Amino acid sequence: MRRFVERNPFWSIVILVAVAVLVWSIFAVWPDWLVDAIGRKKIFLNALFNGITLGALYFLVASGFTLIFGLMRNVNLAHGSLYLFGGYIGYEIADWSGSWLLAFPVTFLVVAVLGVALQLAVFRRMQGQDLRQTLVTIGISIVLADLMLWIWGGDFFQILTPEWLSGPVETFLVTGVKRSSGDPIFLKYPMVRLVILAAAIVIGVGMWLLLNRTRIGMLVRAGVDDREMLTATGVNIQLVFVAVFAFGAGLAGMAGVVGGTFQSIAPGEDTRFLLASLVVVIVGGMGSIPGAALGALLIGLAEQFGSVYMPTYAVVLTFLIMVLVLAFRPQGILGRA
Amino acid sequence: MSRTLPKALLGATAVAALLAGGPALAAEPLKIGVMATLEGTYTVLGEDGIRGFKVAMLKHGDTVGGRPIDITIASTDASPDSAVRAARKLVEQDGVDIVIGPLSGSEGIAIRDYSKTQPQVTFINGSSGAQETTYVTPSENFFRFNMDGAQWSAGLGDYVFNEKGYETVATIGEDYSFIYTQVFGFALEYCAAGGEITDRFWVPLGTKDFASIIAALPDDVDAIYLGLGGGDAVNFLNQYQQAGGEANLIGGSIMVDGTVLSSKGKAKDALIGVPSAGPQADTWDNEAWQAYVTAYKEAFPPDQRFPSPSLLATGYYNSTDAAMICIDQLGGDLGEGQSAFRDCLSNLELDAPNGKITLDHNRQAIGTNFVIEVVEAENGDLLTQLVSMKEGVNQTLGIDPDAFAQIGLPSREIPECKSSYE
Repeated sequence: MRRFVERNPFWSIVILVAVAVLVWSIFAVWPDWLVDAIGRKKIFLNALFNGITLGALYFLVASGFTLIFGLMRNVNLAHGSLYLFGGYIGYEIADWSGSWLLAFPVTFLVVAVLGVALQLAVFRRMQGQDLRQTLVTIGISIVLADLMLWIWGGDFFQILTPEWLSGPVETFLVTGVKRSSGDPIFLKYPMVRLVILAAAIVIGVGMWLLLNRTRIGMLVRAGVDDREMLTATGVNIQLVFVAVFAFGAGLAGMAGVVGGTFQSIAPGEDTRFLLASLVVVIVGGMGSIPGAALGALLIGLAEQFGSVYMPTYAVVLTFLIMVLVLAFRPQGILGRA
Repeated sequence: MSRTLPKALLGATAVAALLAGGPALAAEPLKIGVMATLEGTYTVLGEDGIRGFKVAMLKHGDTVGGRPIDITIASTDASPDSAVRAARKLVEQDGVDIVIGPLSGSEGIAIRDYSKTQPQVTFINGSSGAQETTYVTPSENFFRFNMDGAQWSAGLGDYVFNEKGYETVATIGEDYSFIYTQVFGFALEYCAAGGEITDRFWVPLGTKDFASIIAALPDDVDAIYLGLGGGDAVNFLNQYQQAGGEANLIGGSIMVDGTVLSSKGKAKDALIGVPSAGPQADTWDNEAWQAYVTAYKEAFPPDQRFPSPSLLATGYYNSTDAAMICIDQLGGDLGEGQSAFRDCLSNLELDAPNGKITLDHNRQAIGTNFVIEVVEAENGDLLTQLVSMKEGVNQTLGIDPDAFAQIGLPSREIPECKSSYE
């Protein structure tokens, strides 16, 4: 931190000012000229929080994707199918048991098992053959998409949230003052999104701890850096591969439940989330978990701010970020060259 | 021996075919290609469109006008290029005589242009409803038996202003031709009645996260007009409920359609009591309509259809029905360059389940429009109920054609909200 400030005094000041402005715009009551210039504070705060929660969802999907890539150099283009499959399983479990919470562990397990099956039956046979793996995973995603269309049809599925999660909750942030009485108006925000945000943070921190503070994490990191050397030390690398693939797949499945809760599950969502994961991972840096978090946050914020402040070009914004990153830092923001 | 056996078999087959197929030689199969959105955000709409097509084929049977019907189905994803790809596959690869489709607005515009390059094929629109498709540079071999999005709005603006008392409205819609046309039709009538449209929000087709847009919706308007469809509509309603939205809603035609009203989950409940307009009312007690609904219900098991056909099913049903009636009338002979078939279509007075349909000089439907409201049936299904109906709605919505042309083509900003357009 200190070294960064010493080496980049200019950028440090810019970042500091930006953070100060952001904090001020979140907590202060906006003056009229600002409201006139960029609209009500409520819109800004909502876009900010929605961007972060959407980023949380993208992070859940992309972190498994990036982990699998980082370790196995395997671009799994069927990752979106795992998301969609997880969403359908989550719906069935929640519908059958009436419990939203139960859907998460069950979905995680079911999709993780599918991931293990994919790793053992498919990827293990074509290790190191990038092009072949890519083509095979595209094929698998098409087959899975059609199978799911066959089973669940084209309908839209929305996973029911429990009573305590539906509806908005009043936060402590002030969006404005009532003209008549002068009382502050507080921001109302959907409860379910707050819970999803909290869950994503917990999972993110948990993953970081797992990777950086445990023996398994050490193995995975060693595998990412140098697979051959790790094998030479006597570690059963195949077992590590299977575990990571299962974990990554399970996360994608759980993300499907999250997505099915505050968005919806339907055919086509698989490719949408595959594309989102690819963009997130390219922006953040292939194989890096903090990179996935940063990339997901950036893309989520870009989508939400874009949708309210420049709706016509919102779609372009995401890809603009990708192009900029590829042009100036091709390995991704936190990726290693 | 091994080389002669296949030859012998081939010969035998040929003889058998000649013997069995004597009369069939005269009746060459008629190839029909159907295209619908069976991928992407409008998948469920496309599926119901295909159901409508099948109901019509059940009515007419496998052989029409003495010719066996050979069906090929092609899938699109609501984007114009996917529609052109599907049409090219049907026409240039499968060699179909007639194309039925497409389903979605901008697809229709693309297929109109493509149809001009294939004069030997007749195109009958499935349910796409952009105004431009038949209003601007219409194509000689493109027929549309459904009304466009603006015609589907007829009666709504008047109803929500005068009966519901909504004096200011903000609109939110998907950013493409069909929804422009819907808002166009709504605005013309609503503004002329005295209402004011304060804001128009446009979101890309396929938007999944509406949370920020919901926060940006003004809270000082009487109602919000929703021009969304398919998965986008379901996501909007879901997130609208989560955000605690309580405004009055007005639905576009595909917003309160079977495709959204049959989705799984609670999101659709926000639509109960919402007024809308479109080419049909689910619970209409008209005899022909009820017969059609029964035919639809009997054709598919309950878990593979909606409680009542959606307007997309009805669109495909009517288009197919019109084509089959004409093929039957002509005894299967479409005439030189299909001219007899096209004459028949142009002059057909179609007794559709949702009211009489005729075509104007641009081969665009003139038909009946329904103002409807969403109700909950006893078994929990959501259906639309008739409020009022308007017969003989034409493409210029009863406005003088020259004055109508002055308004401009539907777009994000057009029409302006004015009290008179004459």
